[in-house]
Amino acid sequence: MLRFLLQRLLALIPVLFTVAVIVFLILRLTPGDPAAVIAGNNATNEDIDRIREQLGLTKPLLTQFGIWLSGVVQGDLGYSFYLGKPVTELIAQRIEPTLSLAIGTMLISVLVAVPLGTLAAWRMGGWLDRILSGFAVAGFSVPVFVIGYVLIYIFAIELQWLPVQGYRRLFGPSSQGFGAWAYQLVLPWVSLATIYVALIARVTRASVSEALTEDYIRTARAKGVSEQAVLLRHALANAAVPIVTVIGIGIALLIGGVVVTETVYAIPGLGSLTVDAVLNRDFPVIQGVVLFFSVLYVLINLLVDLSYFWLDPRIRY
Amino acid sequence: MKRRSLFAMATLAAALLVPMGVQAQGKTLKVVPHANVTILDPIWSTAFVTRNHGYMIYDTLFGTDMAGKVKPQMVDKWNVSKDNLTWTFTLRDGLEFHDGKPVTSEDVVASIKRWTSRDSFGGVLARSVDNYSAPDAKTFVIKLKQPFGVMLEALGKPSSNVLFIMPARIAATPGSEQIKENIGSGPYKFVSGEYKPGERLVYVKNEKYKPRSEAPDGTTGGKQVHVDRVEWVIIRDPQTQFNALVAGEVDIVEQPTFEQYASLKAQKDIYLVDAQPAGLQYIFRFNHLHAPFNNVKIRQAAMVALGQEAHLKTQVGAPGMFTFCKSMYPCGTPFASEKTGIYTGMADPKKAAQMLKDAGYDGTPVLLMRPTDLASIAKLPLVAKQQLEAAGFKVDMQQMDWATLVARRAKKDAPAQGGWNAFMTAWTAGDILNPLTMAMMNAAGDKGWFGWQDDKQIEDLKVKFAQATTDAQKKQIAEQIQLRAMETASHVPLGQYFNPAALRKNVTGLVPGGAQVYWNIKKN
Repeated sequence: MLRFLLQRLLALIPVLFTVAVIVFLILRLTPGDPAAVIAGNNATNEDIDRIREQLGLTKPLLTQFGIWLSGVVQGDLGYSFYLGKPVTELIAQRIEPTLSLAIGTMLISVLVAVPLGTLAAWRMGGWLDRILSGFAVAGFSVPVFVIGYVLIYIFAIELQWLPVQGYRRLFGPSSQGFGAWAYQLVLPWVSLATIYVALIARVTRASVSEALTEDYIRTARAKGVSEQAVLLRHALANAAVPIVTVIGIGIALLIGGVVVTETVYAIPGLGSLTVDAVLNRDFPVIQGVVLFFSVLYVLINLLVDLSYFWLDPRIRY
Repeated sequence: MKRRSLFAMATLAAALLVPMGVQAQGKTLKVVPHANVTILDPIWSTAFVTRNHGYMIYDTLFGTDMAGKVKPQMVDKWNVSKDNLTWTFTLRDGLEFHDGKPVTSEDVVASIKRWTSRDSFGGVLARSVDNYSAPDAKTFVIKLKQPFGVMLEALGKPSSNVLFIMPARIAATPGSEQIKENIGSGPYKFVSGEYKPGERLVYVKNEKYKPRSEAPDGTTGGKQVHVDRVEWVIIRDPQTQFNALVAGEVDIVEQPTFEQYASLKAQKDIYLVDAQPAGLQYIFRFNHLHAPFNNVKIRQAAMVALGQEAHLKTQVGAPGMFTFCKSMYPCGTPFASEKTGIYTGMADPKKAAQMLKDAGYDGTPVLLMRPTDLASIAKLPLVAKQQLEAAGFKVDMQQMDWATLVARRAKKDAPAQGGWNAFMTAWTAGDILNPLTMAMMNAAGDKGWFGWQDDKQIEDLKVKFAQATTDAQKKQIAEQIQLRAMETASHVPLGQYFNPAALRKNVTGLVPGGAQVYWNIKKN
C-alpha cells in the first residue's frame, strides 16, 4: 500500500505540470488584457503599455512561464495583478469558507442520503422509494440559485430565522465561535445539499438494491440475522464502494462548483475569487487557484482509492 | 404543544448560538458598494469604487459642490498674482494624518506631483507648471509658465482621479506603482487589519478630524461623522443585495439595478436617495482610424441615426430614472449647452440614410462591440444596431465580456484584424464636466483616447480653455469645443440616467454629490 501511495503522489508531478502548461497557455491565448482592465476607462494606449510592462506581460511567453513555474516549485504562486497580495495568501484567506461549504454540505448529504437510499432499496416500490425518486428529480432539475432564493425568502425575510448572506469565520482572530459560523451556513448547506442528497440517495438505492439480490444476503437471512444487520453489515457494507466513489466526486465537484452558492449567499470563498479573477484576467490568481484545485482533486481521488482498501478487502493494488 | 416546544427549543438554541457581536451594529453603518474594491490606491486606479474609498480616508484641497462650484476644503485661503502665474495657498489649522503627523505643504506638493503623473487633467496642469514650492509648513506655491485658469477646477476635481492628499513619504511612490499604506487625513481611518479583499473593508471614525463649519454640499463643506464604524460589505449578486437590505443586514445599497427600483419603492422600510444628482451619461464612441467612421460625413450620419429615447427606455426603463440631454457636458453642470450643431438627440433614420448616401457609404460593416457582462450598458448596442441599420448601415455586432472589450478597444488594427469601429460606455457626470476631463474630447490622435480622433482645433481650444481666467470665457470656449466635437462627430452623447442609492429609513443624511460619500450619515 505504501508503494501505491508513493506512486500516486509521484504521479502528481506530471499532472500538475500538464495543468500548469494548459492553464498558462489558455490564459495567454484567450482574448482579454489585464493591463487594459487595470488601466480603466480613462486610459490611453500609453497607460496600458506601461502597465503591461510592469506586469511582465511584454516578456516572451516562455520567459513568463519559466518565471512563474520556478516560483511555483518554491511554493510561490505569484502576486495578484490587482490586489498586490500573494496568491497563496488569497487562497489561504478564501479556503475556509469554501471548505466549510463543501464539507458541511457533504456531511449533511451523506447523513441524510445514505439512510434514505438504504431504506428505499430495502422497500423498493414503497412510498419512501417513490418520494425519494420524486425528490431526486426535483433535486437534479431545480438550479441551486432558485433553491437558495426560495429558502432566503422563506427563512430569512419572512420568518427572519436565519441570515440572508455573509460568512463568519470559524478560525482566526475574527472568529465568533462555532455557533455563529454554523448559523450563517445553514441555508447555504441546505441549498447545496438538495442536489447531493438526490445524487447520493439514488446511487445508494441502486447499489444497495443490487447487493440485496446477492446470495450472501439470502444466506444471512436464512441464518436468522436481523434485518437491520442484513441491511447495514451485509448489504450497505458491500455496496459502499460506488457510494464512496460518488461522495469523493461530489466533494471535488463541490469545491470547484460552489461559486453560484457563494454568490447567492455572499460567501467569500475560492469560487468568487476565481470568478473575479477570470473577469479581470488576474492571471496569477487564476493559475494559482487552478493548480490548487488540481492538487485537491488528485488528493481527494487518492483518499477515495485508499478507502477501498478498508471498505473491500478484496481490492488490492 | 409538541411543535411549539420544538420551536421554542430551536429558537433558544439559535439565540445561544448567535454571537454577541450582533449588538455592536447600532453604531456601525453597513454599505454595499456597487463593485468589489480590488485596488486601494485612488491615484493608481480610476475605478469609482476606489475613488469612493479614497473619499473615506483622504481629504482634498478643494471640493466641488452640487452646483459645480469649487470651494476650499483643506485650504484656508489662496491668492493669485496679478499676472496669473503664481498661486499661493494656505492650509487650514489642525490638519493631521491618521498616524498623528501634521499635514504640511510638503505633503501637498508631493501629492500633487503624484496625482499629475497619473491624471489627464493633472497632466495638463503639470505642463503649465514651472515649479512647486513650500515656503513654510502651511503654505504651498504653484508657479506657472502660462496662466492656468482652471487651477481650482483641477485641484477640486470631484471624480477620478481625485487629488487626495497623502503623506509625502507615501506620495513619493511613483505613479506607476500602487501605494502600500492607506494613511490619509480624512474623516475615517482605514482598518487594514480587518480588510479582506472580496469580503469587506472597515473604516472607523477619525476622532481627530476637524470638519469645516459649512454644511456639506457635494464633496465640499463640513464632513461630520456620526457613526463609529463603517463596513463596506461586498455582495455581488443584486438579488442578495436587495434581500440583505430588506432584512436589515445592511443599511445602504449604493447602486441597485434598474429593475429593482419599483420593488424598493414598495418596501416600507426603504427609501431612495439620488446620491449623484447630475447622474451618468451614455455615449457611443467612433473609431476615427478605420472605415467607415474615418469619414466625418459617415460619422455625422450615424449621429443623426442614433436617438436617445430608445436607448434610455431600453437600458434604464424605470420611469424617472433617465432624462434627455443632447449636450456633451451633462445637463445640470456648469458647461452644459444646448448648442449642439447637427445633433438633436432624436433618431432620424430618413435623414441619416440620405446623409449616408451623400457620403458615399459603400456598405463597409460597422464592428460594434457589445459587453455581455455589464448589465448597466449591455442593452445599448442592441438599440444602436437597430437604429444604425434603419439608416442603412451594415452592423456586425460582436459579443464579448468587458475584459475582452477593453483589450480589443486598445487595438489600432483594422476591425477585420482584431480592431473595432464602435463601442458604448457610460460616464459619471463628475468625469465629464469640462473639456479637459472629458476623455472623448482628447483629440490628440495617436496619443488620445480610444477612437484616436485627431483634431488640432479641439486641442488648441482646450489650451485656451485651460488659460481662460473668467467663468464667462470658460463657458464660451467650452461651447466652442462642443460645437467642434459635434461637427467632427467625436462621439454621440446618448442621454443621462440616474442610479439612486437605497437606504433603510433609520439611516439619514446621505450627501448628494459628484461621488458616493459617507460622511454626515446618521443611523438611528
